[in-house]
Amino acid sequence: MIEVKHLYKAFGEKEVLKDINTVFENGKTNLIIGQSGSGKTVLMKNLVGLLDPTSGQVLYDGRDFVAMSKKEKVFMRREMGMIFQSAALFDSLTVLENVMFPLDMFSNMNLRERQQRAMDCLDRVNLVGAEKKFPGEISGGMQKRVAIARAIVMNPKYLFCDEPNSGLDPKTSLVIDDLLHSITQEFQITTIINTHDMNSVMGIGENIIFIYEGQKEWQGVSSEIMGSTNHRLTDFIFASDLLKEMRAAITSQKPMG
Amino acid sequence: MRNKIFCVSLHPKYKKMLLHKWLTTFGRYVILMGRTFSVPERMRMFWKQYVKEMAQLGVDSIGIVLLISFFIGAVICIQMKVNIQSPWMPRWVAGYTTREIMLLEFSSSIMCLILAGKVGSNIASELGTMRVTQQIDALDIMGINSACHLILPKILGLLTIMPFLVIFSSAMGIVGAYATAYIGHIMAADDLTLGLQHSFIPWFMWMSIIKSQFFAFIISSVPAYCGYSVEGGSVEVGKASTDAVVTSSVLILFSDVFLTQLLS
Repeated sequence: MIEVKHLYKAFGEKEVLKDINTVFENGKTNLIIGQSGSGKTVLMKNLVGLLDPTSGQVLYDGRDFVAMSKKEKVFMRREMGMIFQSAALFDSLTVLENVMFPLDMFSNMNLRERQQRAMDCLDRVNLVGAEKKFPGEISGGMQKRVAIARAIVMNPKYLFCDEPNSGLDPKTSLVIDDLLHSITQEFQITTIINTHDMNSVMGIGENIIFIYEGQKEWQGVSSEIMGSTNHRLTDFIFASDLLKEMRAAITSQKPMG
Repeated sequence: MRNKIFCVSLHPKYKKMLLHKWLTTFGRYVILMGRTFSVPERMRMFWKQYVKEMAQLGVDSIGIVLLISFFIGAVICIQMKVNIQSPWMPRWVAGYTTREIMLLEFSSSIMCLILAGKVGSNIASELGTMRVTQQIDALDIMGINSACHLILPKILGLLTIMPFLVIFSSAMGIVGAYATAYIGHIMAADDLTLGLQHSFIPWFMWMSIIKSQFFAFIISSVPAYCGYSVEGGSVEVGKASTDAVVTSSVLILFSDVFLTQLLS
């Protein structure tokens, strides 16, 4: 479980995050949603320590990450996995070497064990057969799956995903969403996904936090969104005419025309 | 006079800003080097990277170093023979001056200036691309000291391979000079040999190697800083690559003056 208490972040005079208080639960897919520039990525960067908050606390199962020393943070980070928007695979390494990389750095396994573990993770994301390819030789969806395999290879307790579906077609996005959801439940990890993909929100949103202009505007589950009266949330969710029509149909209990 | 006008025209506020920018950049460079020179997390991975960087930065540069050294050695020998030698000078003077130029300046300073272009842009663009594609962030998230993991093998790899490049360059320059004698028949090979052997001071070889070590550090660390600290996209990576080459070339030229004075 990750608990955020009174988190503020400012860049110079500009306050980007204002008094964020929330809890990201264990074994659930926690989604952070909001418009571009609302502060989602800054919030995630504060959670993983790529940025230092101006004030506030980030508690990982009660351990305050912000107050930790550099050395403690390094050890803490070994319990985290992260999937970046661009997948951030190492270009010079093959798919297998990318997945093995955290094991090479931190585990005491021998080469055969490391390869076996990496292959198990590639199998988990349905990528057996691509292990000898380089990131430049595989599709965007496959790159994301390699990134997922690399993120879970060390059995992390906390998994962070920054817009994992960006640049992917709807079908591949669903595959990635299902994968993240099943991994979260299988390994009982705390997964935080930063997204503005409505399919993800409705499909796997077990705990959704809506950020508006740096503030937490709304928190709930996907089933509550349709009936929400928060106009900022509904403006964001039902931005397209199609979704507005869907909502009208659902609220009036009439079939869509 | 021109300097005076320049000083008068530059507002003190801008001078202060410029100084602040330079000091900030220098401070960040020192902090990055502090992070770089730490004990690697996993020595096995470090050695792997170290050997890879030696091959990529050093061994892959041997071809261009040999090619340029050969032709420069040949051209210097021809120039000396045609323009310097006269009946009033001994016949070995062309060989002697060729050796001194190759050994004292070309094989260390000029070769490092050439390498600043090849190796420097390579390092800056590689690290810059890693930065903008979040690969460096990925390392940081894993709890790895990304500066040490990426930059230290490059610096140590280039420092290790540089003396070999200096020796190869000097040797190839001499081969180039002999080519003018044997193929171009510009001068007698015996005269060239006499000149190459005349008043040889072994310290000059060491001086060249010592200078090249300083230059190797500049060539690897300055572009590494430029690439590592990129913010933005492909345009900024390109700019960092250019900055890396320009800055390291200027620093090599400045330090060459001091090192030559110090070591001579």
